[in-house]
Amino acid sequence: MYGGEIGSRLRGICPDPRMAQILSLGILLSAGAWLRDFSLRPGQIALTFACGLLCQKLCERFARRPSSSIRSAVITCFSVTLLLRANNWWIHPAAAGAAIGSKFVLRIRRKHLFNPANFGVLFALATLPGAWVSAGQWGQDVALAGWMVSMGGVVTRQARRADISWSFLAFYVGALALRVMWLGQRWPVLTHQLSSGALLLFAFFMISDPMTTPNHRRGRIAHAAAAAAIAYLWQFHFYRTNGLLWALLIAAPAVPLWDLIWPAPSFRWIEGETNEAEPQSTADVRLRDRAGGAVDNAVDGDGFLRVLRGQKRCVALQPRLTSRDGAA
Amino acid sequence: MGKSDASLYNHASQVVMVRHDDKTVLSLMNDYQGEPSQFALVVPVPEVLRRDQIHVGNRALFQRIDAYSAPRLVEYYDPDPCQRPMMMRGLEMSAPAAPMNQAAVMKDKSLGVTVEARYTVGEYDIVILSARQSDGLEQWLRQNGYHIPAGASRALKPYLRQNMKFFVARVNLKEHAAIGLSYLRPLQFAFTSPRFMLPIRLGMLNAQGPQDLVIYALTENGRVETTNYRTQKLPTGSDLPGFVRGEFGSFYKDMFDHQVELSGKTTVFTEYAWNMGWCDPCAADPLTREELRQLGVFWMDRDIEPPDAPRPLLFPIQAAVPVMITRLHVRYSADSFPEDLVFQETQDTDNYQVRFVLHRPWQGSANECPSAKSYFEELEQRRRNEARNLADLTGWDLGEALRKAGLNPSAKPTPWWHGLWD
Repeated sequence: MYGGEIGSRLRGICPDPRMAQILSLGILLSAGAWLRDFSLRPGQIALTFACGLLCQKLCERFARRPSSSIRSAVITCFSVTLLLRANNWWIHPAAAGAAIGSKFVLRIRRKHLFNPANFGVLFALATLPGAWVSAGQWGQDVALAGWMVSMGGVVTRQARRADISWSFLAFYVGALALRVMWLGQRWPVLTHQLSSGALLLFAFFMISDPMTTPNHRRGRIAHAAAAAAIAYLWQFHFYRTNGLLWALLIAAPAVPLWDLIWPAPSFRWIEGETNEAEPQSTADVRLRDRAGGAVDNAVDGDGFLRVLRGQKRCVALQPRLTSRDGAA
Repeated sequence: MGKSDASLYNHASQVVMVRHDDKTVLSLMNDYQGEPSQFALVVPVPEVLRRDQIHVGNRALFQRIDAYSAPRLVEYYDPDPCQRPMMMRGLEMSAPAAPMNQAAVMKDKSLGVTVEARYTVGEYDIVILSARQSDGLEQWLRQNGYHIPAGASRALKPYLRQNMKFFVARVNLKEHAAIGLSYLRPLQFAFTSPRFMLPIRLGMLNAQGPQDLVIYALTENGRVETTNYRTQKLPTGSDLPGFVRGEFGSFYKDMFDHQVELSGKTTVFTEYAWNMGWCDPCAADPLTREELRQLGVFWMDRDIEPPDAPRPLLFPIQAAVPVMITRLHVRYSADSFPEDLVFQETQDTDNYQVRFVLHRPWQGSANECPSAKSYFEELEQRRRNEARNLADLTGWDLGEALRKAGLNPSAKPTPWWHGLWD
């Protein structure tokens, strides 16, 4: 496949898919700031990044973990600035701080529980006065361009765990389409509902965060279905705003459950690299062994070998590559 | 002072939307011009409204809220460049809003239509209907003398499927004659619903071309915006040529047309967002507590003393009240707005207004003092910039704008180095 070929070449140049995400998010933020009235001040962007990256450094030092997740923190800061709006200076940095902090504090089974940006934005929305999310801020044309950028990014990365993006979109867009049919509305209603920048940001940069999604493909599909169902109910049954964001937050605590039901090797940003979810015991190795054989795994086809490599003190040999946490 | 109010637009409706928690008070203003006997209004509502949830309001309140929030033109007089102290006079102007449409009444079980309630309120006969089938509802409305445009059942179906009821009003000619008014007063109704939306799709049925809708949202905490369409602030603060003062209404209309085109016709525009307690400059006095209460603002403490006394325009009392007004202006058609408008109240309390500025030149002579000479040189450039602003905002031809501003369109601008070594 052509996209796959490009993807392989790009991965040769830059093995970390987070770089492609950073590029995509940077384009979206620039387009929003220059072409659209995003009500976002440059100072707010600067403060978000300053606070987010500083928190990342401090938390790493405090948790005595090697520093390697700056890229993930950059993605988190991009997402916070793209989503959150405030009419003061301190809400953005506070949300970025909460987002990064949640990665180090709210952990289960060596994975952080919530997508950091999702947690940070909703933390600000629920607890800080003067914060809001402008779901309609993108406009149809920018949203359309955003879809192309995002999907292009996924295709050329050859979708490391992008199955969750596609399954979420299938469930959610399917539900929207059924609703349009049931209500007897015209199809432009559906295309209008899809021309939402918030939806694309959610599908391609938030729910797809591999560090907070289930390890097994079946788990990811279950997670996507749960998030889509909650988002639909939130918006069209309870008529509340920001349904996608709340749905992900509510669905996240079930991820450890999916991982228990369908065990599989955890994700690494860079092939050969280990992270904090690497197995530390022979029991874990056995678990991975079983999973590696039984599972998908487009991503970790040679999972077992890499698990063994992880056991060979990869952490000590490649301390600079060791990743502790996730992105977005 | 100039203002551009809602009366400028054809096919324009005005709606006041008061929203707090899940409670909504809607006031609908018709500028219906036809025979009262032909008038009909159909509004989907989330519940069967009781008699005391419906009220006939005062048209003057719409004129007040329109005047207060209208786009404005501020006029300043250039100071004498030969004297230091500054002198300023402020003048403002404001812009207008839009009408409603629709339908008619009776009952027939075989059509699946149930008349849930029937009231006469002021000059209106009102029925609240529920229905099982949209075509049954359309037929019922026709049979009962309502003038329903073709395709009504398709537009009614989504509301019906969402279990909404239909508020249907027409004019009671006897009551209308007894009241003795030549116009129809706004209808108001209060209800509880988690949905913060405005059904605009029904209004498109008998519309010929795009319609204008001006929405005044009154909330406690912050500005209101749409969540399913982009909400954009209109350009504001530009300096314009002095002749705009005499034609601010047509300028504003052209500017709005041009901005609608630029935005791809799928945008909701914010014209005003301000704390209701004050204004700066004021196009009209802020609404009093009593006026706000009549519009449905129910959360203000009636015991607290109201700043109801008239206040001077140039020295507004800057006392914030727990009411934020957002004035949204949308030009919609069936193609560009496939869905009803859905809103949210943001936490944004920043004040914003559409305001344009005129600078009246100093009337002295260039020979009065050395500063006067440079003042006139700069004035020429400033006037050109003002004409350019005007052309950019409205899409007008620049040459025409320059001519109307009293400038020669073919004159070359003074080179920057002119007079450098004088």
